[in-house]
Amino acid sequence: MTVEPRPVPEPTPVSRPFWDGLAQHRILVQYSPSQQRYVFYPRTLAPGNLADDLEWREIDGAGTLYTFTVARRPTGPPWSDAPPQLLAMVQWDAGPRISTELVDVKPSDIRIGMRVKPVFDDLPEPGITLLRYRPA
Amino acid sequence: MTGLRGEAAIVGIAELAAERRPTRPPMFTLDQYALLAKMVVEDAGVDPACVNGLLTHGVAESAMFAPATLCEYLGLALDFGERVDLGGATSAGMVWRAAAAVELGVCDAVLAVVPGSASVPQSQKCPPPAPNWYGASSNTYGSPQAEFEIPYGNVGQNAPYAQIAQRYAAQFGYDPAAVAKIAVDQRTNACAHPGAVFHGTSITVDDVLASPMIADPIHMLETVMRVHGGVGVLIANADIARRSRHRPVWISGFGEHIAFKTPTYADDLLCTPIARAADKAFAMSGLSRSDVDIASIYDCYTITVLMSLEDAGFCAKGKGMSWVTDHDLTYRGDFPLNTAGGQLSFGQAGMAGGMHHVVDGARQIMGRAGKGQVPDCDTAFVTGNGGIMSEQVALLMRGD
Repeated sequence: MTVEPRPVPEPTPVSRPFWDGLAQHRILVQYSPSQQRYVFYPRTLAPGNLADDLEWREIDGAGTLYTFTVARRPTGPPWSDAPPQLLAMVQWDAGPRISTELVDVKPSDIRIGMRVKPVFDDLPEPGITLLRYRPA
Repeated sequence: MTGLRGEAAIVGIAELAAERRPTRPPMFTLDQYALLAKMVVEDAGVDPACVNGLLTHGVAESAMFAPATLCEYLGLALDFGERVDLGGATSAGMVWRAAAAVELGVCDAVLAVVPGSASVPQSQKCPPPAPNWYGASSNTYGSPQAEFEIPYGNVGQNAPYAQIAQRYAAQFGYDPAAVAKIAVDQRTNACAHPGAVFHGTSITVDDVLASPMIADPIHMLETVMRVHGGVGVLIANADIARRSRHRPVWISGFGEHIAFKTPTYADDLLCTPIARAADKAFAMSGLSRSDVDIASIYDCYTITVLMSLEDAGFCAKGKGMSWVTDHDLTYRGDFPLNTAGGQLSFGQAGMAGGMHHVVDGARQIMGRAGKGQVPDCDTAFVTGNGGIMSEQVALLMRGD
């Protein structure tokens, strides 16, 4: 049985700067001056006050591990050969949280609260880079 | 506090026995609606013509116009029709919407039935659609999940709930045996309820902990079994309720809170929406936690039950593990919980799983729970939970 291909994100007119940034191994995230906070994921208006003031700023992507799990069963057919999947939420020092996967770490060494740093994972598809994380 | 006056009641209930493999012939969801509607109306002992309200999650045969399609198919003209889209909180959300519509005088009796079998007749001309393993996530272009969740494999329910449990463990500690006990006590309840898929199959804490790890820390016996079934209720005004066959189950309070879609974006992952919903429900009803005779809490996973017990105010935040250990959650116990087995042990009949808890509470107040009946049961607390503890509904129900 062939493995279903892994889903690849398709940038949109709204999110394009984020994906273009990742392709250059830079992390561009929206910032709302009226709320004085970063916002993730990309939007056209700031969530909450719906301010039309979102601007793109670069962050270093460093953060802490907010939570994770070791998925022993594939979460879907495209990952049938992937377990254990190290699914995680990372809290950026800049504020927002992001869904990601941990790499270059043994499951038994993962600790919530540990420092993590970005891993830019260039996919075969041109211009698409996923943002994974490893222990800092 | 504004809200319900407690003058609308569940007057009829229906729940098809859970089946792992369907023995009933395949039925379109339209026909499942018809069957369940007939069952709740006959259970109430009222004239079908009194039904002039209908709530629906949707009709598999018809992507749009669900209330009108059902109105026509059932031959019931409606003064109130609405589609509710709250995942596992849909059923509890239907109940308060129906009660509110009845109390406002918009309609007299409201069908809230939920088909629960994917066994439907198959077309000879069109192949069935491919299985949608994205589940509650949308892989449609422009969907946040399609871009920021699914590419990392963050899809389905097991791994997201496991991540909530892991965060809980890091903050408050985790006793696997205590969480497993929730599944064990509910299995005891299922063994007293003949319709449950696991009726006759008791389990121990060791069984739960020895079952395969699905996503740390969630074991297989802490997840639900998909079954074929279907569940529904009829909600009516006081006049109809007084003429109905069973003890009316008055809807005396509710709360609903929708906080996010994907838990990564929760303000506080460990404060679930039921906290706010339950506070509103208790304030509306004038009841206190100690008035509750049975609780039927949405139980897609054991961690859901544990955190709902805490956030709904039955035990202190972060103390759920010892609380569960110290209480007997069976129908014979000091805190009867999910007395028909819950979805963990009755089985989860798809979208109808949420209505299992509504019917569990109503059945107890009606005094019709058979071997699993809790004596002198007058007050039930019921929850619904959609997504990844992202949208939740609390209900309080009372008998006279």
